Amino acid sequence: MALLEIKNLTVEFSTAHGPFRAVDNIDLTVDAGELVAIVGESGSGKSVSMLALMGLLPWTAKVTADRMALDGKELTDMPQNQRRRVAGKDMAMIFQEPMTSLNPCFTIGFQMNEIMARHLSLTRHERDKRAVELLSMVGIPSPESRLRAFPHQLSGGMSQRVMIAMMISCNPRLLIADEPTTALDVTIQAQILELLASLQQDTGMALVLITHDMGVVAEVAQRVVVQYAGQQVEAREVIDLFDTPKHPYTQALLAALPERAKTQQLPSIPGVVPGQLDRPDGCLFNPRCQYTVEACKRIPPGIQNGVRCHTPLDAKGNPTDPNGLRQDMKVSS
Amino acid sequence: MSATTETPTTASASASKRAFDEFWHYFTESRGAVAGMIFMIFIILIALFAPYIAPHSPIETNSDFFRTPPAWQEGGTSQFLLGTDAVGRDILSRLIYGSRYSLLVGCIVICLSLTFGIFLGVTAGYFRGVYETILMRVMDVILSVPSLLMALVLVAILGPGLENAMIAIAVTYTPHFVRLSRAQVISEAKRDYVMASRIAGAGRIRLMAITILPNCMAPLIVQATLSFSTAILDAAALGFLGMGAQPPTPEWGTMLAEAREFITSAWWMVTFPGLAVLVTVLAINLMGDGLRDALDPKMKRS
Amino acid sequence: MSGSPVLQARDLQRHYEVGGGAFIKPSALRALAGASFNLYPGKTLAVVGESGCGKSTMGRLVTMMEPPTAGTLEIDGLDAVHGKKSSDVARKLRQTVQMVFQDPYGSLNPRQRIGAMLEEPLKINRPTLSAKEREEAGRSMMQRVGLRSEHYDRYPHMFSGGQRQRIAIARALMLNPKIVVLDEPVSALDVSIQAQVLNLLNDLQEEFQLAYLFISHDLSVVKHVADDVMVMYLGHPVESGPCKEVFETPRHPYTRALLSATPVADPRRTRQRIKLTGEIPSPLNPPSGCTFHPRCPLANERCKSEEPKTLSQGGVTVACHAVEEGRHEAETAA
Repeated sequence: MALLEIKNLTVEFSTAHGPFRAVDNIDLTVDAGELVAIVGESGSGKSVSMLALMGLLPWTAKVTADRMALDGKELTDMPQNQRRRVAGKDMAMIFQEPMTSLNPCFTIGFQMNEIMARHLSLTRHERDKRAVELLSMVGIPSPESRLRAFPHQLSGGMSQRVMIAMMISCNPRLLIADEPTTALDVTIQAQILELLASLQQDTGMALVLITHDMGVVAEVAQRVVVQYAGQQVEAREVIDLFDTPKHPYTQALLAALPERAKTQQLPSIPGVVPGQLDRPDGCLFNPRCQYTVEACKRIPPGIQNGVRCHTPLDAKGNPTDPNGLRQDMKVSS
Repeated sequence: MSATTETPTTASASASKRAFDEFWHYFTESRGAVAGMIFMIFIILIALFAPYIAPHSPIETNSDFFRTPPAWQEGGTSQFLLGTDAVGRDILSRLIYGSRYSLLVGCIVICLSLTFGIFLGVTAGYFRGVYETILMRVMDVILSVPSLLMALVLVAILGPGLENAMIAIAVTYTPHFVRLSRAQVISEAKRDYVMASRIAGAGRIRLMAITILPNCMAPLIVQATLSFSTAILDAAALGFLGMGAQPPTPEWGTMLAEAREFITSAWWMVTFPGLAVLVTVLAINLMGDGLRDALDPKMKRS
Repeated sequence: MSGSPVLQARDLQRHYEVGGGAFIKPSALRALAGASFNLYPGKTLAVVGESGCGKSTMGRLVTMMEPPTAGTLEIDGLDAVHGKKSSDVARKLRQTVQMVFQDPYGSLNPRQRIGAMLEEPLKINRPTLSAKEREEAGRSMMQRVGLRSEHYDRYPHMFSGGQRQRIAIARALMLNPKIVVLDEPVSALDVSIQAQVLNLLNDLQEEFQLAYLFISHDLSVVKHVADDVMVMYLGHPVESGPCKEVFETPRHPYTRALLSATPVADPRRTRQRIKLTGEIPSPLNPPSGCTFHPRCPLANERCKSEEPKTLSQGGVTVACHAVEEGRHEAETAA
């Protein structure tokens, strides 16, 4: 049985201009010990879906799901206090801005102690010992003295290490990392990614990595979910996805990376990610897609073989026509 | 041309309308704000059309009707709906005309203190250094004296009267605007767009007045609305103490002062002016809260 | 290198005094500890480095927002350090260098219409132009960067991040500058938008023969756009030279580490990562000798005490003892 199961997760926000669907029917299964990356541009709903799983969204959000279960335990109909216990202990989350994720008023030691006191039945002495262990596990030099440090005395990379130590203190089954390295320097980013990957291997926890950086995905992930405007467009093994992207969006996204460019002029995706008020009919990507056919503008595609597309691409990167839409498959300008 | 032409993210004609819609959405989320605004519109209309609405002249005495109770009480007459005062003036008419003075006081005090406050605050926040330190300490000194006491002292020096009361109140309010606009300017001046204007060659005055100031206005407007009500209160208080508007001006505070000796015998003479002040101040405060929700992005919900 | 440089900087330094109080002596922060470089028309010099390396300080010096503590800066044949006293020269210099910022949300005045924003530089610097001429110039620049001229009277909040960055670029080009400082111009943008903006910058450079000073931390972007690269660490340029040369045969151990730490979008790549241990030291209290030595895999006693001098090697300038002694080759072979 999969560790995490999400079926048909939808999140809607009520705003001044009516409801806004930030996450649209997302499915996700993560096995124990797996490293899954969710990749997408801003507005793709990648953070919101995970915040919904953690139960951390504001009251303006309406979360609905057919199933949202961790380790077989359904989360949606669980009472609030029980859910908070699961969210802190079995699932944990680290965020993009390590400097603001730690409370500036308290020492590192106090904050680590607090989370363990809440979820683990350890004595104070044992908790202190474990805090030191954890800090040295995430590679913080002289951990005993760091326990008395305040967050502002740490650099960004160090803060992120402390956050990781705090989050794995209760041996979570699932760790969600929301852009954990985006705010960090390149050399520090490499260190943190390596740390996360090795922790995941040592502890056997599952790791969901949210990122916008295709490079990071390629470095660490085993499986990738690509999201666009709140929908999943492609979910594949990482090597397959990078070798033969099946969704036109994935293909365009990879082609737009400067490191993959063959000419000075980069192949860019025209237009912008649709917002709340300019959602197109049919496939959400159709106004920016180079393979759009008539059907794409009318019928929202479903997910087939892990791809949400009417004309999934073949191994050579050319569109195919599995659903017999060929009669109107003339590429519209 | 090789660059792609992008379509706008929002439809063109409705764009500014949408900004207003958003403001309106947040403003109307609080019912108190809407109620306050409706009442304020009502007061403003009354003040504008006072001569047409008021049944009597506000200063005309009527020797036949000293201290007549309100119409619904025994001894009252429908001629004077809210009764008359000690010299037989119609209280309703005096209240109606009094709204003019209250609104006038609020407007003038806010204009004065906002103008000086913004000027001093923006220059302090922009130039910093010794100028800022001296200015801010002076403002601290003004703030350390209770505002009504400060206003009293100033009126005592300038001489009693509505104009001087307004000036005095404006002086006591200026430091709030100085501090607020200084803090805003300091945080805005660090932003990239100010740097961009500097690189384009903008001079100091342009930077302060055209680039930075418009971005500091939202909290100042909120503060101005809330100060408007306290200005009315302070003017009434000065009037009550005999240092503001002088009799027979139908100013609400002054009316209260005149009725002081009749508190036990003629309740209506104190109650109605007091209620007028209370309801007006409450309405403005409610409206100010709504404005804060709508204009101040820090308070805005996601 | 073709043509004569439009900007020449020699040993540019910038120190800040920080933490001083009434009784505390302020300590000096060497944000930029001596950089020399040239900018050529139509060419891009990329400055790469992590936080605290002095790349943003360099941007502020080149745009003349701050005077250098030491060193010379010659822009378009004019002395930009001392010449600014004459208002004529100052005006000319100002129009030569413009800047595009990282955050497209912070760099546009939220209360100014796009049109007013584009016209502002002309209004200030070309007072002889009529309002109509200004508007024409603004509208045509707007079209040039790929925005419709109907957007002229809109406010910035109606635009997406990529569109805002186009507006910022248009504003920077209004005065026909010769040099544009690009401070992380695409790092706040999504990948698909990033490609659009990079293409636009490339077109504009060709059309107007602009010299770009491209400040970035993203090596894959730099590799794509730059003609020359300068790698900085804690205020010191550690390696600089033609882009191809630096990326293909990096000499300085920091350049190598930076290259190997940059994630590459290829899951099959097996990397031999040069692991940098430790954090970036605070520029307030830089290490002695070579500032990189506490994290350097090749450091020896000499590196701890002696500051390395820059030396030229195959068109590349490197400041490293290990390179000077040839020790870095051994590591490459291993």
